[in-house]
Amino acid sequence: MTPLLMTPLLEVRDLRIAFRVDKHSTVQAVKGVSFAVPRNATVALVGESGSGKSVSSLAVMGLLPADTTVIDPAGQVLFDGRDILHLAGPERRALCGSEISMIFQEPMSSLNPVFTVGFQIGEVLRRHMGLDRARARARTLALLEEVGIPDPAVKIDAYPGQLSGGQQQRVMIAMAIACEPKLLIADEPTTALDVTIQQQIMALIARLQKERGMAVLFITHDLGLVAEIADHVIVMRHGEIREAGPAAQVFGAPRDSYTRALLHCRPPLDTRPWRLPVIADYIATERRAAEGEARQPVEVRQRQRGYAPDDDIVLDVRNLKKSFWLREGLFGKREFQAVRDVSFQLPRGKTLGVVGESGSGKSTMGLTLLRLHQASGGSVHFDGRDLLALTKRDYHAYKRRIQIIFQNPYASLNPRFTVGQILLEPMRLHGIGADDRARVKLAQALLDRVGLPAQAYHRYPHEFSGGQRQRIAIARCLTMQPEILVCDESVSALDVSVQAQVLNLLQDLQDEFGLSYIFISHDLAVVKYISDRVMVMKAGEVVEMADADELYRNPRHPYTRALLAAIPQAPLDMRELR
Amino acid sequence: MTPAVDPGHAGLWTLAWRRLRADRLAMAALAVVAAFLLMVLLSATGLVAADWEDEVAVNFAPPTFLGTPPDAAGTNAAAQAVPDNPFDPLAAELRALRAELAREHPEANAPRRPTLPFGADKWGHDIVAKTVKGGETSIIVGLVAALLAVGLGTLFGAVSGFYGGLVDDFFNWFYSVFTAIPSILMILTVAAVLQQKGVLTIVLILGLTGWTGPYRLIRAEYLRHKAREYVLAADAIGASSWRRMFGHIFPNVSHVALVQLSILVVGFIKAEVILSFLGFGVPVGVVSWGSMLNEAQNELLLGKWWQLTAAAVAMAVLVTAFSLLADALRDALDPKVK
Repeated sequence: MTPLLMTPLLEVRDLRIAFRVDKHSTVQAVKGVSFAVPRNATVALVGESGSGKSVSSLAVMGLLPADTTVIDPAGQVLFDGRDILHLAGPERRALCGSEISMIFQEPMSSLNPVFTVGFQIGEVLRRHMGLDRARARARTLALLEEVGIPDPAVKIDAYPGQLSGGQQQRVMIAMAIACEPKLLIADEPTTALDVTIQQQIMALIARLQKERGMAVLFITHDLGLVAEIADHVIVMRHGEIREAGPAAQVFGAPRDSYTRALLHCRPPLDTRPWRLPVIADYIATERRAAEGEARQPVEVRQRQRGYAPDDDIVLDVRNLKKSFWLREGLFGKREFQAVRDVSFQLPRGKTLGVVGESGSGKSTMGLTLLRLHQASGGSVHFDGRDLLALTKRDYHAYKRRIQIIFQNPYASLNPRFTVGQILLEPMRLHGIGADDRARVKLAQALLDRVGLPAQAYHRYPHEFSGGQRQRIAIARCLTMQPEILVCDESVSALDVSVQAQVLNLLQDLQDEFGLSYIFISHDLAVVKYISDRVMVMKAGEVVEMADADELYRNPRHPYTRALLAAIPQAPLDMRELR
Repeated sequence: MTPAVDPGHAGLWTLAWRRLRADRLAMAALAVVAAFLLMVLLSATGLVAADWEDEVAVNFAPPTFLGTPPDAAGTNAAAQAVPDNPFDPLAAELRALRAELAREHPEANAPRRPTLPFGADKWGHDIVAKTVKGGETSIIVGLVAALLAVGLGTLFGAVSGFYGGLVDDFFNWFYSVFTAIPSILMILTVAAVLQQKGVLTIVLILGLTGWTGPYRLIRAEYLRHKAREYVLAADAIGASSWRRMFGHIFPNVSHVALVQLSILVVGFIKAEVILSFLGFGVPVGVVSWGSMLNEAQNELLLGKWWQLTAAAVAMAVLVTAFSLLADALRDALDPKVK
């Protein structure tokens, strides 16, 4: 090999990045990171939110906001042996357009909605490659074909809004590879997509990498996702590299306790430990090992799940329907059936999992159950009464008994209320607790129960992290002592390690209070772990319903099988810790 | 997450006050606005500027720093120095009348001052007192009318955006009709219906025609917020529609109302000038910054610029301070900004 080919394509040396928060303080986001991306290889940069993975990649592209970012000039970013970190603006832009390109998480917000996809890809070709109109169009067609857009001759004149999310991401990829870059940076390119689409996009990136011989820097929060495509894996946490090495080693014999924890925080599909391991367990194990103690087995007890014939049914839903009326033209209306004929039963102290991809009607179903949407038909029997037939006034008393936890912990808490106000309000509305002093006491006890410090009472939601906010939302539900809790994608927005903690909390609460859960999620592994029975929804209909283990072992419907096959699986050889 | 200092038991307003106090510009603006409000209060209770209508100086007495104009003495003596017309058969009666008047109203013949610190208008009123009194009218008109307009706009916008459907259609129709009529015509109509001149009339005219701007913005905010998860969550815990509208959503959109308020106060103080010009402004005998500017138009041709300057400077200072304060208040009320 010539020496040129021996040097890595991209080399980052001792990168340090800080952000100015205000006049006096800065936050260190990346604390001395060094890594290399070899030619013709895929490197995965893995870390949870706040790990500095995206910031590092944006620094490579030179896309960080100049006025608030402080990059330590001692660091280097070498591309093809040239230091590009200190390159002048125009030179760097030329390089970033043609030799390095990037795809982002949200394809919809990265594409301009008022231009056709053909025009947008063509523009890149005309500007960077100097092609004329006709040749650019021919090249665009070939690119769309290459990224697997069906009917490229038609879709080339489509607007981004007319394509599905997966197709939009394919267009973004076509645009990124248009100039035949040597390095493709993919920043969470599949996070906003459904699992089955995610699988297709991953396969596409892997294929393009091989065919074109590019290098790919793949940034993700999901360690399991990159197991199949990455050659090298770099694990980051709090702006530092925790572990870096060949994929086989990182997945097969991770040296770092954090990497091990990340691998095991995801609920496993084949077993169901009593509680999920969390990062603290691994850090503690490591400390004990360092102190000379023997390694503690983490959790050996297994949980049994499933409906039993003698279960006490608390909620009986029959033929639930929900339609939305879309306005068409001046007077026309068109019916859109979001939920069609959904029936199920929920026993006391059990969990019904609801899985489906976006647009399957699973969230609408949950909201309709609670009368947050007006149902179009069907009945919901609870405590001997049809909740949908009650008057608004009569239903008020039932509201506290069926509660909901939403997906986005950033949006479901009123930013203008303190945590105390958030917790007191439902108690005041339902007359729970003798007076405000008793309510404050109960609220503080609940904060303690969900694992938040007492000072949290006087703070505002924005002062908490995502996982802590979800705990606040859970505490708010608990103030009303509900019998049924609808969890609408409640752990989907959380980092895997935090997700494990919240799932453990939900399990504990179910054991303690005998709560019944309706657990809605697109993540089959999570649903399988926490549910007794799983209902699979597609386009507003239930396609399959079975006990969780049975569904996993023996999926009947092809859609269920497709969903199961799409779950990214890390090769787990670290069984000694189980 | 920001490692915040525990704010203790401080509520929203205490925290906002703390943040506001840290902002020097905001405190300066607050001091200016407070000074103006105090001035309004003192003037309304008659403690200052109650004697603004006294003709204390010669007509168009210039500001002191310009020096005494050469013709000032002549104007002053004019009243007494009317020579008797020897051919007037009623000359004796006229003299008697003059003497009686002078006895009953000694101040009319009191020597008038040739200059004042900031000059005098064409009747010899002190410009400082006149500006203070005019400020009382203008600020009350601006504030009350803006509160009325923003209040109406917020109420309509909240109901319209939150309920949607037929309610929204109704208010949108109402809004379209309202904005389709030229605003001058609208003002003439309201003025004609109320059939009297006065400060209250101006407040009603401005308030009833000015709600459309805040309405449109508040409605858009409510449309955006009503589908947010925190509002759904409030519904799920059993909060009534009214409570969700004003207890939950309003604190999150109040900055829009606040900014609208500051824009409208400024706008209405200016609008009162136009109304005065059209003859729908304050009645004769009441002074406002608007009527002062109106008078100043003709004075400017004579080179008497001080009335215009006084009213304009007072207005500009208040308007600037008010805008700065509104900006700072909006930031201070947002718990996310630290």
